[in-house]
Amino acid sequence: MMSWDFFREWFLPGIWVTIQVLVYSALLSAVVALVIGTLRTSRFWIVRFLAGAYFEIFRGMSALIFMFWMAFAVPLMLGWQFVPLWSGTLALGLTYGAYGSEIVRGALAAVPAAQREAGIALSFTRWQRLRRIELPQAWPEMIPPFNNLLIELLKGTSLVSVIAVADMTFAGNLLRLAKNESAPIYTLLLVLYFILAFILTRLMRMLERRAKAGVGRAPEKRNGLLSRKLSPSGESMQASTQGAGGLG
Amino acid sequence: MTFDWEVVDDFMPRFWDGVLVTLQALALGTLIAFALGLVWAMAQRAPQRWVRWPVTAVTEFIRNTPLLVQLFFLFYVVPQWGPSMSPLTTGIVGLGLHYSTYTAEVYRAGIDGVPVGQWEAAKALSLSRGRTWSSVILPQAIRRVVPALGNYVVAMLKDSPMIAVIGALDMLGEARQFSNETFTTEAITVVGVAFIVIAYPASLLIRVLERRLVNNT
Repeated sequence: MMSWDFFREWFLPGIWVTIQVLVYSALLSAVVALVIGTLRTSRFWIVRFLAGAYFEIFRGMSALIFMFWMAFAVPLMLGWQFVPLWSGTLALGLTYGAYGSEIVRGALAAVPAAQREAGIALSFTRWQRLRRIELPQAWPEMIPPFNNLLIELLKGTSLVSVIAVADMTFAGNLLRLAKNESAPIYTLLLVLYFILAFILTRLMRMLERRAKAGVGRAPEKRNGLLSRKLSPSGESMQASTQGAGGLG
Repeated sequence: MTFDWEVVDDFMPRFWDGVLVTLQALALGTLIAFALGLVWAMAQRAPQRWVRWPVTAVTEFIRNTPLLVQLFFLFYVVPQWGPSMSPLTTGIVGLGLHYSTYTAEVYRAGIDGVPVGQWEAAKALSLSRGRTWSSVILPQAIRRVVPALGNYVVAMLKDSPMIAVIGALDMLGEARQFSNETFTTEAITVVGVAFIVIAYPASLLIRVLERRLVNNT
């Protein structure tokens, strides 16, 4: 039977590696999603085409095969050598980033056209429009689908075990070989993944509530910041507008 | 950068064997996922609480745990209690079971989308529960969900290489074995490219299907 010692010796480090893989690949896929998703709305067709090609290629690819390829084929072909953890993280991040880019693209497309036009009317550059108008408005739309993607990514991290990254699943497989016993090990493993997914869902829901609350609060907050920046002497925004009114 | 086309040539016969196994796993897995998903979805709408709750708990659990670990469970644990299955059969059951929890959600959304008036009309005509489902609700629900189901077929295709990990000789399984025997890596590249070549037209097809169905309703 499994004892606490085994759990401490094998599963605890495995859980830590799983969390590491999850965090790194989530960060990487968020960056990829933002960049590719934004580029897919570019006004240059060649940029749109390349970003779209990235999306189609990684969406059509199996993450597991890509991982094998990164771990075994790429080092041989190019003469590089990755640490398995990084091959796995890179494969997961690039794949799930492609899925995420569709979320970003969809959320950007859902921002009302008038908002973009207002930005153009203010002669904002494309980058300014994205950063100050379109992305902040698209952001709350992105959070719920990103949460789902994160749960998928958590499950996807189990794949790194096949390229010998010592995550939870790898620890489970080693234990099965060592103890020649599988029922308690795999049951525990499934329960552990479920608990992680549960915690992650809760965390994300908290974030979601905050982001939603932030949308309503944002203008006041920004005004607050602005007034503080404009008048370090403590003069309030209101006073200065009143002054302007007095002039008129 | 070295890429040896002769190795690719040697791999080709086994590649086609692998393609057949992958397609077999996909077809049978899809059948299980579509049928079982409908069962889950209907059970989640059962009037009895003792049916609804366990089904919801089981499907939530399966959906939130990795397919890879489920395959290990099916392959190493289940034979201790019951029949032992070949790697391919285990893979098919695993894929089908895992994706049935996703299709259940799709069906559920489709069933929820059927107007309440349809249920009421069936009741007014005093149709039996079975008749209400088979003649009124499901025909309307299923038509809406076909494109979403199609997306999960593509997703299953992409997850199907996992069955190689428990020893099934699908595309990836053949490539892995071939690579180990010849100390080459070209086979994995071939299989990776093959996946894109298969998945891209498949997703295009689903997009066309989606547009057609949306236009018809």
